[in-house]
Amino acid sequence: MKDTLLYNARLIDPEAGTVTEGALLLSGGRIKAVVTSADEIATLAGQTDAQDLNGAHVAPGIVDLGVKVGEPGERHKESFKTAGMAAAAGGVTTMVTRPDTSPAIDTPEVLEFIRRRANETAPVNVLPMAALTKGREGREMTELGFLLDAGAVAFTDCDRVVSDTKVLSRAMGYARSLGALVMSHPQEPILSKGAAASSGKFASLRGLPAVSPMAERMGLDRDIALVEMTGVRYHADQITTARALPALERAKNNGFDVTAGISMHHLTLNEMDVADYRTFFKVKPPLRSEDDRQAVLEALRTGLIDVIGSFHTPQDEESKRLPFEEAASGAVGLETMLPVLLRLYHAGEVDLPVLFRGLSLNPAKRLGLDCGRLSAGAPADLVIFDADKPFVLDRFKLQSKSKNTPFDGARLQGKVLQTLVAGTPVWSA
Amino acid sequence: MRFDQRHLLGIEPLRPDEITTLLDLADRYVTLSRQREKHATALAGLTQINMFFENSTRTQSSFELAGKRLGADVMNMSMQASSIKKGETLIDTALTLNAMHPDLLVVRHPHSGAVDLLAQKVNCAVINAGDGKHEHPTQALLDALTIRRAKGRLHRLNIAICGDIAHSRVARSNLLLLHKMENRIRLVGPSTLMPSGIADFGAEVYDDMAEGLKDVDVVMMLRLQKERMDGGFIPSEREYYHRWGLDAEKLAHAKPDAIVMHPGPMNRGVEIDGTIADDINRSVIQEQVEMGVAVRMAAMDLLARNLRARPTDLAV
Repeated sequence: MKDTLLYNARLIDPEAGTVTEGALLLSGGRIKAVVTSADEIATLAGQTDAQDLNGAHVAPGIVDLGVKVGEPGERHKESFKTAGMAAAAGGVTTMVTRPDTSPAIDTPEVLEFIRRRANETAPVNVLPMAALTKGREGREMTELGFLLDAGAVAFTDCDRVVSDTKVLSRAMGYARSLGALVMSHPQEPILSKGAAASSGKFASLRGLPAVSPMAERMGLDRDIALVEMTGVRYHADQITTARALPALERAKNNGFDVTAGISMHHLTLNEMDVADYRTFFKVKPPLRSEDDRQAVLEALRTGLIDVIGSFHTPQDEESKRLPFEEAASGAVGLETMLPVLLRLYHAGEVDLPVLFRGLSLNPAKRLGLDCGRLSAGAPADLVIFDADKPFVLDRFKLQSKSKNTPFDGARLQGKVLQTLVAGTPVWSA
Repeated sequence: MRFDQRHLLGIEPLRPDEITTLLDLADRYVTLSRQREKHATALAGLTQINMFFENSTRTQSSFELAGKRLGADVMNMSMQASSIKKGETLIDTALTLNAMHPDLLVVRHPHSGAVDLLAQKVNCAVINAGDGKHEHPTQALLDALTIRRAKGRLHRLNIAICGDIAHSRVARSNLLLLHKMENRIRLVGPSTLMPSGIADFGAEVYDDMAEGLKDVDVVMMLRLQKERMDGGFIPSEREYYHRWGLDAEKLAHAKPDAIVMHPGPMNRGVEIDGTIADDINRSVIQEQVEMGVAVRMAAMDLLARNLRARPTDLAV
């Protein structure tokens, strides 16, 4: 089989922090070379299967850390097939899935089941995370070792905070001895119980039960103390408030193995977007103030916040068409993440290498994967997109089985043209 | 005179001139209600359904009486007892009801925003009779009418709202309305009973009653819900009464002609002293109840006029 040459491309290299015009030579499902000299490209074009990208951007495929798929238990909301299609359409080449299913993914047997389902049906890479405690109930740790052997890439109870600090410290200590990564949802669980909004004027005017943004910092402070105690590899799933950032910075400066993520929604929306109780804007943690959004955006630019994720959470209409307090949390995002985040690029708030550092490079590095880079030897997991193409998002055209996106009707710029997994196209617009 | 609303979901969407329009009409209905013959025909032929997902005697009977005085066919549905218990969703309930072709729907619900949600799914006029901790617009309007009649104006007054602001939809609606009409508002109470973001509300916040009531024209007391007492938000009933309950000593700090209001039902000896509540020179609590019927008549009348101006065969 001939090698493939993607030429006339704008190559986004998050490692080098550059966008350069050139070509990518792909061979055997991997990147063989990055070619920038025009002569070389002309020579190679004759010898290979050459594809003219007409100036489109090429970036390492997105590694989405924290995707909820409805299997097992809620296949009517999302299956591996539909999630995989949504991922491919959104330039996500690796889905790192959450264990907050029913039942929770807390035994090697359930993990085996979903790995088999994923491999059979999803067109993109699927890497599962497993629960940290049995049934995500926060009482006993799961068989972390067996789960690790079965392919779990990280351990998390997702949005259920392990409130018993002793249980968490033991689970973290045990994970430390296995070298496993623990992902936590930093939140003071009792303070934030029942909250549907961030406390402040907006929540008070709407009469919504609210939690102080300080609850996130309290949760993070506790977690970091436990990291100091146990030495575990730790990732905070979402840091969404300005008040939590100094604690994160201190932990990193002190040399702890700590990283943090942020959701696409907290980077692009604020609490006011909820407006008149629009439940598609109900996410966990709740949307924050504009000051908080600006602060986390700055933290993304400086690299204090490492990873951007969609926190894809499919919900059916019934669970969203309820009074705001009762409505389910979460939004779908696999397919919309890239165009939505390109709003930040078009507004001049972040550049493309920074965006893909958070979307591809950092999550891959955190999980020890060799993807997420545009360099020779890396897998040819790529997203090719036109950063400028305008469109109006229609939620009913999404690949995902659930259509709960807050961006329905939004005017966006940026379309995925092609998604490659190991050099093979899994999506073409 | 204009009133451009399809529903009355809150004070927030109302313009000051719409508030004045409504209060002017309510004034006329006060006169009507004081006659021996109280009937008018503004709602003749229309169906009004009162849907209360939360217990209420006072508000529900006030709406019922208002509808009947204007000639509407009024039906009361107590929703705690019915389908909600059987697991029917709010939307299904709304659609079921909508099929019965009501013209006016009066809704009270324990969750904030539930009435807005319901209003999106029906094609009649919806009146919010209180949703969670969000709004209770007719209460704020009846309070405004009471103040206007007692003080001769509804602007440039110093008004103190005292007690459990955090959990009170009455406080929110009053705050919005009184701000729109350009009054100075003080919020008085312990910080556990203050909503978050209070500093951004454009009101002055006091935690001491004597300071908070100094030279005010209106003292508006709020009900303290039983479940908030006993150590949760305040240490005890008697301590609350001692510090924040309205008695003659505290009221002495207000202007000599200050009026005392309470949305009811009162906890005598908790947030208000019984003798003050009964003092006909200070307390306008009975007038508030009377104004309630008139304001609800005016609100339903105005909504019905807008309803009649629209084609009847409107699809959902």
